[in-house]
Amino acid sequence: MTLQCGQPLPLPDIALLPNIVASPSPRTPLMRLSALPDLLLTSKQLPTLNYVATRDRFDESWEAPLSTLLGLGRAAGADFVEIFLERVNYINCLAEDDTITSISPALTTGAGVRVFQGKGDCYVSTNDLSFAGLKLALEKALSILGLQLPTANAFIPEINLELLRDYATKRGKESWLADCSSIREMGEILLDANARLNAKASHAQSRRASYFRDWQEVLVAASDGTFARDIRLTQSAGYSLLCADGANRSSIGQRLGSTGKPDFLRAWDFDTTAEGVAESAGKMLYADYVESGSYPVIMANEFGGVIFHEACGHLLETTQIERKTTPFIDKKGQKIAHEALTAWDEGLSPDAFGTIDMDDEGMPAQRTLLIENGILKNFLADRAGSMRTGHPRTGSGRRQSYAYAAASRMRNTYIAPGNYELDELFGSIDKGIYCKKMGGGSVGATGQFNFAVDEAYLIENGKLTKPLKGATLIGEATEIMDKISMCSKDLGLAAGFCGSVSGSIYVTVGQPHLKVDSITVGGRSGS
Amino acid sequence: MPTSITDLATQAEAAAQRLSIAKYDIYGASVDETSVQVDHGEPKQVKASQRSSVTVRVWNGDGTIGITSTTDIDPVGLELALKTAYDASFFGAKENIPDFSPEATAPLSGELDDKAAPAEVSALIERLIGAEKALMAAHPAIASVPYNGMAQRELDRFYLNSAGAMRREGRSVASIYLYSKTEQEGRKPRSAGAFKVSRSFGDLDVDGCLKEAAEKTISHLNYEKIKSGQYRVVFSPDAFLSLMGAFSNLFNAQSILDKQSLSTPESLGEAIASPLLCLCDDALHPENVGGETFDGEGTPTRRITLIDKGILTNFLHSAGTAKRMNAQPTGHANMGAKVTVGRHFYHAFPGAPAAQTYSLDEADNVILIDDLQALHAGVQSLQGSFSLPFDGWLIKDGKRTSIEAATVAGDIRDLLQSIIYVEKDLELTGSGVSPRVWVEGLSITGE
Repeated sequence: MTLQCGQPLPLPDIALLPNIVASPSPRTPLMRLSALPDLLLTSKQLPTLNYVATRDRFDESWEAPLSTLLGLGRAAGADFVEIFLERVNYINCLAEDDTITSISPALTTGAGVRVFQGKGDCYVSTNDLSFAGLKLALEKALSILGLQLPTANAFIPEINLELLRDYATKRGKESWLADCSSIREMGEILLDANARLNAKASHAQSRRASYFRDWQEVLVAASDGTFARDIRLTQSAGYSLLCADGANRSSIGQRLGSTGKPDFLRAWDFDTTAEGVAESAGKMLYADYVESGSYPVIMANEFGGVIFHEACGHLLETTQIERKTTPFIDKKGQKIAHEALTAWDEGLSPDAFGTIDMDDEGMPAQRTLLIENGILKNFLADRAGSMRTGHPRTGSGRRQSYAYAAASRMRNTYIAPGNYELDELFGSIDKGIYCKKMGGGSVGATGQFNFAVDEAYLIENGKLTKPLKGATLIGEATEIMDKISMCSKDLGLAAGFCGSVSGSIYVTVGQPHLKVDSITVGGRSGS
Repeated sequence: MPTSITDLATQAEAAAQRLSIAKYDIYGASVDETSVQVDHGEPKQVKASQRSSVTVRVWNGDGTIGITSTTDIDPVGLELALKTAYDASFFGAKENIPDFSPEATAPLSGELDDKAAPAEVSALIERLIGAEKALMAAHPAIASVPYNGMAQRELDRFYLNSAGAMRREGRSVASIYLYSKTEQEGRKPRSAGAFKVSRSFGDLDVDGCLKEAAEKTISHLNYEKIKSGQYRVVFSPDAFLSLMGAFSNLFNAQSILDKQSLSTPESLGEAIASPLLCLCDDALHPENVGGETFDGEGTPTRRITLIDKGILTNFLHSAGTAKRMNAQPTGHANMGAKVTVGRHFYHAFPGAPAAQTYSLDEADNVILIDDLQALHAGVQSLQGSFSLPFDGWLIKDGKRTSIEAATVAGDIRDLLQSIIYVEKDLELTGSGVSPRVWVEGLSITGE
């Protein structure tokens, strides 16, 4: 790593300046000042600065240019400045039936500069990571906020950053990219996986196995001294199966995900995944459409957690509090859910899809207790959300990429296990619906949420009778949380993608099996 | 684009020669964008970005293809991308390998450089603050405009290949959205919004957006649950086109070849909809702000009739699907290791003369669906079925009452056959232009 400067920066050891230090006693050691004022950088020198950092690694050599830029932002009057650097090495691979039809690598480098002034902020993103490029982005942000660049002789005190907090080196992530499957191996595994699906499925019309690897290196530097680096490795593999028999059709997808595990694809037990997908698709092929109405439902564990993600999780983000679009805005410390319900959001579970060592603002991810026995305990906050709402940061500032400012987002979010046996849940229902496999969902500005069910079964007298398709569940957050009355002991997590203000991010949803006393099931009424 | 297309072509050619790559093509796009959001009279967030990326495809000596995308558009980044694509090419598909479009050098129609001068950020903020204020003043119940934004973008695209094709175009787009929320004692919060787009900030119909958002929000203040059952349903232009968008595999030649479609190659000529309906895809439609004159393979875009008086008439093609299905490319390709096909801009309009006409003013027990939600979750595009939450009104004796929490479910093929009336007046939406479309007998779930 080399660093070249057009102008010498103030050196820390030109620090002793006895003449201007009041020394009450000759025996008292002299105080040391950090720099001579006339050796500090001034505004007029900025155009002559020329930092050169190598292209392929974010490390300590970025300290000098970033501290200068952060100092420039502060000197111009910004309350707070943050610079986010990102490098991505992404690839995806698709097998259709017995052929590899797509291999798509993508290389991305980008930066986002965020400047706060009062409670407003400006975010400028660029692909140009040169000193000049970053400086241009910063100056644009300053000018949009109406901040004047310092005059020619104004001091630009650089921001003194913390020692580089390097999760990548400290936690042995440097070799992750090299240890992942090669293109050849990706192709071989996906073709094997698709062959296995062919063996298990009947009436298969189209089989797809897909994989992606998202390797991301990030560096965050901010005017409060934050200076942190991380490498993230997110991978996912899964199936999408379409079966057809005459006019009957079923399509079932299943996706697994992991973070920080280079041999994820090699270790993928596609046999089990194929079996599950083939079985679901087979059962749903001849399923009847669900009859709409209000029913008690049992939500399966793992991806069943989408109900909490939509009905509650999003509404506990400070992003929603800022917009006043959550019914829970003033409910901290109050009962907002059935006393059977305790829920967490954390970034710490090993290998889970939403796990992050630090968030995209350089804060270590925390384990955040959202709801304890029905009482609302905490919100999820990023830096801006914390500033605007007063709720403490939780290491939840996340973004899809440098193109987005970080916002409060979920990580691994799940309802804690309860004390019931699975049989007790089913046994409590005379007529209801078992939602075994959920599709996606969403929640709107009024707290109304919905999600689709890909695989459902009718429950009659505590027993599963026939498969049902076409169910969409809708409800209202404040009402549904009180209706989650029973949780079983079998907590399971599932990988998901969550799209919101700061783009699409990797998250985990999860729960044990749980019972919702009643919910509106949209489907086809008796025609 | 930081580099001019001719410079980039020269750099690419030099890098390709160093790597002994004889055949390649490059698609690139860049966006220069500024957007603002406001909150109770103050700017909340301003975003500006200058982003660009290129995708290179390389054919090796065996004729197989590799691809790489990169944001590093300097000589070093470009050479790395070409090399990565070359390395990937040995693992690429062995069948149906994409080739240059035979129309990559055909003449283009339409303006190639159509950019308006960008407005100052302060002008955007001022206008949006004014709109927010006016919307909150429109009714005492409107407590906030939690989702709002105004943006202006400059978009540049280019395509070039080693056989000499080279084309570029530039566009500007300005847009605004306002989404309000109500608060009333003892009532549930209600919300509604509007979106407008234009070529420049100056042309942007801010007042229209404001008026629409206000009227819709106010119309949802009085709400009722609806009884579940079968109803005659009228789709707003936006709702109808968003549904057609969710089922665009009906027309997508690549999906058809992949058996990921409700259509088959033999479906052309079938009556898939009521004769009352015509549907085209038309990137060059004058109302299509920011419309593209060429696709990701350099093929010129054009107007394609998809449904003509109910008859499925054409599919949307890339160069590759056209070759395989013995058709002409239609300018709908997205460049990739696997070239995909996507629609541009729908244009729906009445087909055969209607035997009976209908009017909302005289409608009774009819549901008007304004906005369909959660299409990503509630649409089973390969099964044809949908079950979707919606915003809308129950119309009784011509009078509208907002519907609280309901879903609409059905099958797209049945729906298209059950169209009983296609209105005449077209409206511009985010995905095309369309009139309201009346459909008989859809399942509504309320209570």
